[in-house]
Amino acid sequence: MLKELHSQKKAQLLLGLVMGVIFGFLLQKGGVAKYDVIMGQLLLKDFTVIKIMLSAIVVGMVGIYLMKGMRMVELHPKPGSVGMTVVGGLIFGVGFALLGYCPGTISAAIGQGNLDALFGGLVGILMGSGIFAHLYPGLEKFLKIGWFGEITIPEYLKVNPWLVIIPISLLIVLFLYIIESVGL
Amino acid sequence: MVEFMTLRLWSPYLVGAGIGILSWFTFLLSNKPIGCSTAFSRSSGMIEQLITGRSVNNHPYYKQFPAEVDWEWMFVLGIVIGSFISASLSGEFRLRWVPSLWMARFGILIFPRFLVALIGGIILGIGARWAGGCTSGHGISGTLQLAVSSWLAVILFFIGGVITARFIYYGLGG
Repeated sequence: MLKELHSQKKAQLLLGLVMGVIFGFLLQKGGVAKYDVIMGQLLLKDFTVIKIMLSAIVVGMVGIYLMKGMRMVELHPKPGSVGMTVVGGLIFGVGFALLGYCPGTISAAIGQGNLDALFGGLVGILMGSGIFAHLYPGLEKFLKIGWFGEITIPEYLKVNPWLVIIPISLLIVLFLYIIESVGL
Repeated sequence: MVEFMTLRLWSPYLVGAGIGILSWFTFLLSNKPIGCSTAFSRSSGMIEQLITGRSVNNHPYYKQFPAEVDWEWMFVLGIVIGSFISASLSGEFRLRWVPSLWMARFGILIFPRFLVALIGGIILGIGARWAGGCTSGHGISGTLQLAVSSWLAVILFFIGGVITARFIYYGLGG
């Protein structure tokens, strides 16, 4: 692992910026900086968002787990619980459909000139994040309900990760093939 | 190559594979998964500090995510720049007040769209921090690490999103 590079603060800020530029470039070229494309996905008429996400997952997953096997990277799975993930996920979904952007794509939408993203959505997300921070002390107990922590699927099943990666990759490829063949 | 960079759209599979490869490098070079929503939370804390003149970093939430510029904050700033470069190269950069799908359904008035975007943004901001991640942090980075929390979260993002979108566009009869 490149521990020394990871600890250089200024280099990391620069790397974050450069990688963000690449991510924003890709999101814009993929068309997912557009409200119409994201809402098209949520209305199940345009599957661009799902195609991008699933192909990123397959490519990313295989590479990350190969590098993990060679001890080049370490994983950072997020913690979860029923109170946190299920309830928060549904709240996020409602906001996602009202706004028509998510935190990453809204940044790309701002970059291509969407003013509803800048003056409406961005202001809203900043307010919502601040509201949550102030609700947090009162919510701490609720967020722990049904806690399962920072576990991965292979850890949960107690199997070699490739026994999960290979079937999931095949299912994703099959799903994408079906989507394409029905013309979505 | 130059022509390729000026295209308005790339194949979603190429873009997806590119994001997957980018995530290899964020893990390898920065020991970080791709993510966006904590940058908004940190910014919100920074704005609160500016307004109140008091540090928020003693607050229980900002103890976990201090109100400061970090890797992810720079990453989100980069997204705006990268998208601007891409849109400028293809001639797509243009100031737009209301998206066309919205306009076709709800008309050209700016205020209703901005109000719904603001309310949606507030709910999305609360939901992202509640679930501990967004479509990037859970939806791409968490799922590719096979995190249980992230697969659960992304399924619920879409369940909530699909139901709400149908309701907005088709009403109760949808």
